Amino acid sequence: MIENVLLVGVGGQGIILAADVLAWALVESGYDVKLSEIHGMSQRGGSVHTSVRFGEKVYSPLIERGEADHLVAFEQLEAVRWAPYARRSGRVIVADEKIKPLPVLLGVEKYPDDPVDLIAKSIGEVSFVPAVDLAEGAGNRRTANLVILGVLAGGLPVDKEVWRSVIERRVPTKSVEINLRAFELGYRWQPVPDKVL
Amino acid sequence: MKLLLSGNEAIAEGARRAGVTVACGYPGTPSTEILENIASMEGVYAQWSPNEKVALEVGIGASLGGARTLVAMKHVGLNVAADPLFTVAYTGVNAGLVIVSADDPGMHSSQNEQDNRYYAVAAKVPMVEPSDSTEAYDYIAEAFRISEEYDVPVIYRTTTRLAHSKSIVDLDGESPVEPPARAYQKDSRKYVMIPANARQRRVSLDERTKRLKKYAETTPLNGVEWGDTRIGVVTSGMAYQYAREAFPNASFLKLGLTNPLPEALISDFASKVKELFVVEELAPYLEERIKLLGIAVTGKGAEASIGELNVERIRRAFGVNSEAETVPEVEGLPVRPPMLCPGCAHRGVFYALRKAKVAVMGDIGCYTLGVLPPLEAMDTCICMGAGIGNALGFEKATGRRDVVAVIGDSTFVHSGITPLIDIVYNGGLETVVILDNRTTAMTGRQDHPGTGRTLIGSEAPELDFENLAKAVGVRLVRVVDPYELDELESVIKEAIAHEGPAVVISRRPCVLLEKKTNVAYLVDESCTDCRRCLRLGCPAISKVEGGVVIDAALCYGCGVCAGLCKFDSIKRLADD
Repeated sequence: MIENVLLVGVGGQGIILAADVLAWALVESGYDVKLSEIHGMSQRGGSVHTSVRFGEKVYSPLIERGEADHLVAFEQLEAVRWAPYARRSGRVIVADEKIKPLPVLLGVEKYPDDPVDLIAKSIGEVSFVPAVDLAEGAGNRRTANLVILGVLAGGLPVDKEVWRSVIERRVPTKSVEINLRAFELGYRWQPVPDKVL
Repeated sequence: MKLLLSGNEAIAEGARRAGVTVACGYPGTPSTEILENIASMEGVYAQWSPNEKVALEVGIGASLGGARTLVAMKHVGLNVAADPLFTVAYTGVNAGLVIVSADDPGMHSSQNEQDNRYYAVAAKVPMVEPSDSTEAYDYIAEAFRISEEYDVPVIYRTTTRLAHSKSIVDLDGESPVEPPARAYQKDSRKYVMIPANARQRRVSLDERTKRLKKYAETTPLNGVEWGDTRIGVVTSGMAYQYAREAFPNASFLKLGLTNPLPEALISDFASKVKELFVVEELAPYLEERIKLLGIAVTGKGAEASIGELNVERIRRAFGVNSEAETVPEVEGLPVRPPMLCPGCAHRGVFYALRKAKVAVMGDIGCYTLGVLPPLEAMDTCICMGAGIGNALGFEKATGRRDVVAVIGDSTFVHSGITPLIDIVYNGGLETVVILDNRTTAMTGRQDHPGTGRTLIGSEAPELDFENLAKAVGVRLVRVVDPYELDELESVIKEAIAHEGPAVVISRRPCVLLEKKTNVAYLVDESCTDCRRCLRLGCPAISKVEGGVVIDAALCYGCGVCAGLCKFDSIKRLADD
């Protein structure tokens, strides 16, 4: 049995670091793991995605349409864009962040008012996470990636201590404390009932 | 020690284990991290060369000198290095020489999708293809052994998905390979390819291929994994991983050596399965060769020969049902193309060129994004260094003199100097704008001869673009700060009007090299909603009801927008 985590967002949101911590935590928990990411041109503020697959034996590093057990969106519009990759019975975690793409910046196209409403009916469970607020609570809005990872972690078969030790090892030394705090805030975060879509 | 390594990291580790002592290349997605990882290894000399051709030539010299040598480049880099490749195939090597060619199916970060397996056939050299990080690590030592035993350079082919996906590699238990000592021995009949010598070597190529074909039948790089024999799949590289999921119960002939092919092994495998499939990414390379053996085989078809492969596409191509039920796609979402960073030094240049309504011959780098709206200031992008030659040809054909070539600093060093000489030599009038952001930005900020630092971090003489341009005969050479829009526009005007070729060096370090300033700009209530600043395509500026706003968190503080605002509505805000 293979479990699939698809992390999506915008270049520069810290998805590569979050995926790195995730993949190492899974390796340390004894799983076979494959991670796939794309470097280069799309990194310049484009739509980015990283796949992490784990289980007893993983062949392909890619997640196919309809097969992501966890769709983790660091940005709302990207959650909608990548929704076809989510398993219908799966879980979607969406940060409440909106980053305007170029056509919206230019006023040529409109950013949907409530993007997540467009997919909420089609997917089993959607968690809408105030990631930036929580990250600011941890001390730096740039740790929103670790907040989201914390939310994801609650639903994965990895011990709490493993997360901690991997974060300590994989995050730059001077920002370990703040990232641990951000992760913890995400890990303990519970959806407010009326925010569950 | 179990590590989670990308294909590129695994190749670097494998090279260390195989006793590589010289490594060189030119940055190019998806190959760049190979050399970046080797650079920090003790006992290995690593360098960026100005381009892939030079890198391979340095590699050949190192191999002759007795060092096991790895040369790394992206697929189109091998086009640049093709000239030495085809002849080092004749001379052979002294110590092992392995050339990594990283192909980019799907063109994630490339201008074409060429399938470099054909290079191995055309140059008559063996090709090794790993399918995950473990193999990327393991196969390197065998590639070096092949190179030395058969006296031949070996192409080590990866793809984007292999290079940038990570899987578990066990570095334990593998003792380092002790490469045999190979002192250089002068042998002009082998290494000096005058026609008389080359004719003799040409004959030896075919003898070598014969021996390699024999080796292909027994190499540990090729192997059969028996399953249900109703379907047999011949595959290689990353396609193997996808095929294992698309056909979980089938039998597999997995090829790690894809040139030359093990003809007897393929025939034998084919005879033992009911139906034979070939699953491969890009061109029908294996399929065509197997058909030439007179074996009936089904390939993936023309549609699946374009772009990157995945499990879903294999299922569709071979009529296998997928079980997953998908969420319907939401139509009409705004697209999210990549864009130049806030504060990017290239932005002002493209704004000015668009405004000047000139023809802009582009090149390869971040700045190719200048083609996208709203800047839309690029007419061509072909390959590294092409813009300058394009500009000359365009002028000769049209008689237009408002032709500008834009080229990044690293790209200029790579292959912009010879076409600049061509412009001077053949009386061109072009303006060449060198977008000098002091780094190779697109691939992740690597040093080059213009930056004054090497791959291993030591200081080097800085290539002087101004004097270089003057030395090749360019009379008008100007240096401008692209944040100073007015000056930039007047210099470009001057350069275009100049009776002769001109070089404008737009110099400002890449924002990713610098710490964000504590300056931001904001739009005040005097904004007339003229939208001129929106033409910059800056991620920090967005259209709102009745005007525009600047996101202070994104604003880099370059001030280019303030410089072009006719109403003085964009104000500087220092945050102390």
